[in-house]
Amino acid sequence: MLKLNDVTLTFSRGTQDAKTVLNHISLHVKKGDFISIIGANGAGKSTLFNAVCGSLLTDSGSIILDGVDVTTMPEHKRAKVIGRLYQDPMRGSAPGMSIEENLALASGHGGWLSAISKADKKLFRDRLALLNMGLEDRMKQQVGLLSGGQRQALTLMMATVNPPKLLLLDEHTAALDPATAEKVLALTKSIVEEQKLTCLMITHNMQSALDLGNRTLMMNNGKIILDVEGEERKGLTVSDLLDRFRQVSKQELDNDKILLS
Amino acid sequence: MAFFETVLGLSQTALELGLISALTVLALFLSYSMLNVCDLSTDGCFTLGAAVGAVVALSGHPLLSIPAAMLAGMLSGLITAFLQTRMGINSLLAGIIVNTALYSVNIAVMGNASLLNMNKVETVFTKMQAVLSGTFLSGQYKLIVALIAVAFTVLFLSLFLKTRLGLAIRATGNNPDMVRSSSINPIFTTTVGLCVANAFTALSGCLLAQSQKSVSIDIGQGMVTIALASLLMGTVLLNRRSVPLQAVGAVLGAILFRIVYTIALRFDMPASMLKLVSSVIVIVAISGPYLKQKMPTILRRIKTKEGK
Repeated sequence: MLKLNDVTLTFSRGTQDAKTVLNHISLHVKKGDFISIIGANGAGKSTLFNAVCGSLLTDSGSIILDGVDVTTMPEHKRAKVIGRLYQDPMRGSAPGMSIEENLALASGHGGWLSAISKADKKLFRDRLALLNMGLEDRMKQQVGLLSGGQRQALTLMMATVNPPKLLLLDEHTAALDPATAEKVLALTKSIVEEQKLTCLMITHNMQSALDLGNRTLMMNNGKIILDVEGEERKGLTVSDLLDRFRQVSKQELDNDKILLS
Repeated sequence: MAFFETVLGLSQTALELGLISALTVLALFLSYSMLNVCDLSTDGCFTLGAAVGAVVALSGHPLLSIPAAMLAGMLSGLITAFLQTRMGINSLLAGIIVNTALYSVNIAVMGNASLLNMNKVETVFTKMQAVLSGTFLSGQYKLIVALIAVAFTVLFLSLFLKTRLGLAIRATGNNPDMVRSSSINPIFTTTVGLCVANAFTALSGCLLAQSQKSVSIDIGQGMVTIALASLLMGTVLLNRRSVPLQAVGAVLGAILFRIVYTIALRFDMPASMLKLVSSVIVIVAISGPYLKQKMPTILRRIKTKEGK
């Protein structure tokens, strides 16, 4: 489904401040995989997403998405098959426009000069009803009036109104209060299962990294230092993860930073 | 009786001018309010529309002058958009550069003259006058032309901004990240938005020139500030409403601005004060909300200082 072959990206290349944020990364994501990604700040997790989305172009290596080489494809073209949620709930939707208009843009239905169709309006209502937030009765309201949790839930709907080939979740619940975060996470899980999406999720919560999905990656200094799935992953605990980190990276992992931030 | 006639005459002129400049206000409504781009090529583009329209009318094609002027405006918008989206030039600077370049272009369009006279030339207004002659509306031909143009533009914008392309343009001004993740290229939406906006600016210039039967090279000078002032007044009138109502608000703002200006003239304000007044209105309208928000902090600071 998604293949990264020896992908490298260095910020400020050729200067003293050069920092290799993706260091010869190779990764093969299978269709239907739900992969959780953990690692300290600056490990290269978000940069990995940026490279896959096309927000950043890589220095070398290739990125193949569903058989298509997207290495140099512009961001907005890749977006057709990639859905992405950011940590900042404000980032995924246009605050000055209504819920309906946001969903219409995300769905991409109809030609350039066609208005939102009745069928689409019904589709959006039905999808929003799944959220159990009452948003389906507020279709004409401006998105700027919604709370952070509601906006993130809406962004999730916008990203999956057309099932994407790949869903990238970049700590999408980290800015929400615990109860809302749990709700949005549960929603994410049910949508991913329902649409059988291939999904990569960055999280700072090691427990949910192990609970969710079928495979876990740990990144450090631009490298994938741990990649577990299947039987090996089943028995893992958070302290196992920390031990593995120490072994592989030969350094202490700032446990608090990962767990709490 | 004479007084009433004067008032009636004045308010009619204010209405005509207000409606004609409302087209520029609607253009800024699209570029400034929707697309969030302050298009500083507006002055030059207004003059371009006036010049192209006048030249085409002078060549004996009054009806053709309208699409010709709009097409010229579109082209100007296309260049401004190209500079800011593809050439890495800051959007304000791109507008200023195009505005400067248009000065030369406009002189060239007018045949190396800075003034063109259309006294004996057939224009869209004389055409309408001929159509209406003999009916009870015969004196209102200018108003009718301006009204048709504004009604068409408001209707167009109301429908256009509801289409997927229109929504994408609004989102580009609102959250470009979201536009990209909806697999729409913000460069494309910015370009379309500026082309459409500048077509209306040019139409506005074309109609003003034909209604006053002359065009001078500085006909568009300060237009962007005047139009912004009108737009912001309109926003005060009809804020946070649906898009069609906001467009109507922009038109009302333009008319209100002209009426206030006409009244000020009656109270012996020199005509040259127009641009100073419009600048002040823009300053108050934009910095007013900002200062209001800052006021508590400022007051507290003053108080603490006094306490010392």
